[in-house]
Amino acid sequence: MSITLSTAHSVVEPSSLAKRSAGFIVILYALITMAPLFWIFATGWKTPPDSISYPPKIVFGPSLEGYCNLFTTRTRQTADYINALGPPQGTCDEVTRRREMVIAGASNYAPRFVNSLIIAFGSTFLAVTLGVFSAYAFSRFKIPLADDLLFFILSTRMMPPIAVAIPIYLMYREIGLSDTKLGMILLYTAVNVSLAVWLLKGFIDEIPKEYEEAAMIDGYTRLHAFFKVVLPQAATGIAATAIFCLIFAWNEFAFAVLLTSGEAQTAPPFIPTIIGEGGMDWPAVGAGTTLFLIPILVFTILLRKHLLRGITFGAVRK
Amino acid sequence: MAEVSIKNISKRFKSVMAVSSLSLDIADGEFVVLLGPTGAGKTTTLRLVAGLEKPDEGEITIGGQGMAGLAPSARDVAFVFQQYSLYPHLSVFDNLAFPLRSPARRIPENEVKERVNQVAELLRIPHKLANRSTQLSGGEMQRVAIGRALVRQPSIYLMDEPLSSLDAKLRADLRLELKRIQEELGATILYVTHDQIEAMTMANRIGVINEGSLIQLGSPRDIYENPQSIYVAQRLGQPQINLLPAGLLPSGKLPAGTQTIGARTEHFDIQKKPNGEASVDWIEHLGDQNRLHVNLGERRITTLIAPDSNLKSGDRVALKLVRPLCFSASGERLG
Ligand SMILES: Nc1ncnc2c1ncn2[C@@H]1O[C@H](COP(=O)(O)OP(=O)(O)O)[C@@H](O)[C@H]1O
Ligand SMILES: [Mg+2]
Repeated sequence: MSITLSTAHSVVEPSSLAKRSAGFIVILYALITMAPLFWIFATGWKTPPDSISYPPKIVFGPSLEGYCNLFTTRTRQTADYINALGPPQGTCDEVTRRREMVIAGASNYAPRFVNSLIIAFGSTFLAVTLGVFSAYAFSRFKIPLADDLLFFILSTRMMPPIAVAIPIYLMYREIGLSDTKLGMILLYTAVNVSLAVWLLKGFIDEIPKEYEEAAMIDGYTRLHAFFKVVLPQAATGIAATAIFCLIFAWNEFAFAVLLTSGEAQTAPPFIPTIIGEGGMDWPAVGAGTTLFLIPILVFTILLRKHLLRGITFGAVRK
Repeated sequence: MAEVSIKNISKRFKSVMAVSSLSLDIADGEFVVLLGPTGAGKTTTLRLVAGLEKPDEGEITIGGQGMAGLAPSARDVAFVFQQYSLYPHLSVFDNLAFPLRSPARRIPENEVKERVNQVAELLRIPHKLANRSTQLSGGEMQRVAIGRALVRQPSIYLMDEPLSSLDAKLRADLRLELKRIQEELGATILYVTHDQIEAMTMANRIGVINEGSLIQLGSPRDIYENPQSIYVAQRLGQPQINLLPAGLLPSGKLPAGTQTIGARTEHFDIQKKPNGEASVDWIEHLGDQNRLHVNLGERRITTLIAPDSNLKSGDRVALKLVRPLCFSASGERLG
């Protein structure tokens, strides 16, 4: 009986009531934060009239119109003109003709999406690469004023990046980096690199230096030892850092609005500009946002094993 | 293999003198053990030889060649670290093959395989080669760590307390194995430890080291029988040597100036005697040893007795010393 007693009053084991209320709170919180996502996802499958009907439709007949509109531009035509055309080519053509319109061409969504991919992954790769090398140097070498340098690196994050938007805008215009992918990659890298250095330094500090020393005694150069011994063991930290950098670069809106308008525009400033006849094309916006979530979702799921260990910031490594 | 010579090296870390003017010559094929407590400068000495630290003074030669300014990879030494000796992300095989696959060596893969298998046989771990290195027991990990050094044939093996994290039984096994392997290979080894049994059983010569200085160097027997100071005498022998003021016990003729007498088991003559000046406190049966604790006035003397001794707790005994170790007031050996 003492066993029953000891679990009932255990200090480490939460009571089942505590567990249940904790679970309830977590589920409630998850539902609240995910409600807008469900709404966006659902809107992507509505027709334009359904998307703005009041009261809002919870149950509706799904339609591909949002996705069709997202990827196309359309022009209005007379019924006679449309009837004179041959049979519709594919679902989108059919859906469009039902609204007395014809597909005029491809929209800018696909190229903007590709821009987002290039800029977000490019800047993440650069930030993590620079970060891992500098973190290694700070961790292993005697660098004069190392602490001050680290503080300086961190200080670049002490104000919101957008506070320097105007100087950056002017500077970019002057040196021709406005509305270029390179410009956006450099900008996001600059914002992310301080986070990367600090996160990765924590992880590399925890890898015993004896590992590299052993490799160097065994005939490896420091660079070889770095790639063969340090990088594999820092994998968790690198994955976690990469996700944080990617999420920032992928979602960044303010700089993207300010600095890109055509050539290098990313998806976030593009999506809200999708306008249909008579106002916002909400189904297309919903569809564009849903698709926009996919890459980050896939990346996070692929690395989630590392992420779970990574967000404890080295406290529970191995 | 080659002879290694350390001349007057010193290394200071800020205020700590980790190694001070240490000189040591190691002959080709010799097993030298540095014995000292934690913080004595053992690891630092090995790191200086390996080139992981730069000496403030002094020089090191390996096979007659000066090592000053040479990178660790250029020194042809192998190092077994006290900790963190295996790469957790590699299998046992890859750990053992790691030194052979270095860009400095570029040994063909079939030779690597052969060498790794040989060493695995030598260390009796061939069935573990495919395991992840994190899935090994402590003893197996240490074998692999030693194996990582043995796959190469360097001028000298540097070993930093490789057995200290193991339990007593494993330590005893590996001690014997390491000695056997060293003799088989004719390897030159500089081994550091705080364990006197490791030093006594494996070394050709022991160097007793404390606070960065080499205090005495000699064969295990020499160090045990002829310690040059109280410090060295206390480092060796179990139970620890008894230190008594001169004249407390009858001990024959002592050299002039003797202040302290060091007495181990072999220096005592103990007789049961009803009016003896000492009494048996208790007898401790440790299995392999029977320790006799004797009270002599305020003092406690610990020595060994034969298992068939008829002494028991409370017996009065008379103690006599036979050619004990004599030390001056400053702790120097007199005779
Ligand atoms: N990298 C270092 N920085 C500062 N002090 C050190 C460093 N390495 C060793 N020491 C100091 O030098 C002394 C000798 O250390 P060490 O050689 O590791 O001793 P041992 O291996 O015999 O235990 C110790 O007091 C230790 O604190
Ligand atoms: Mg040490």
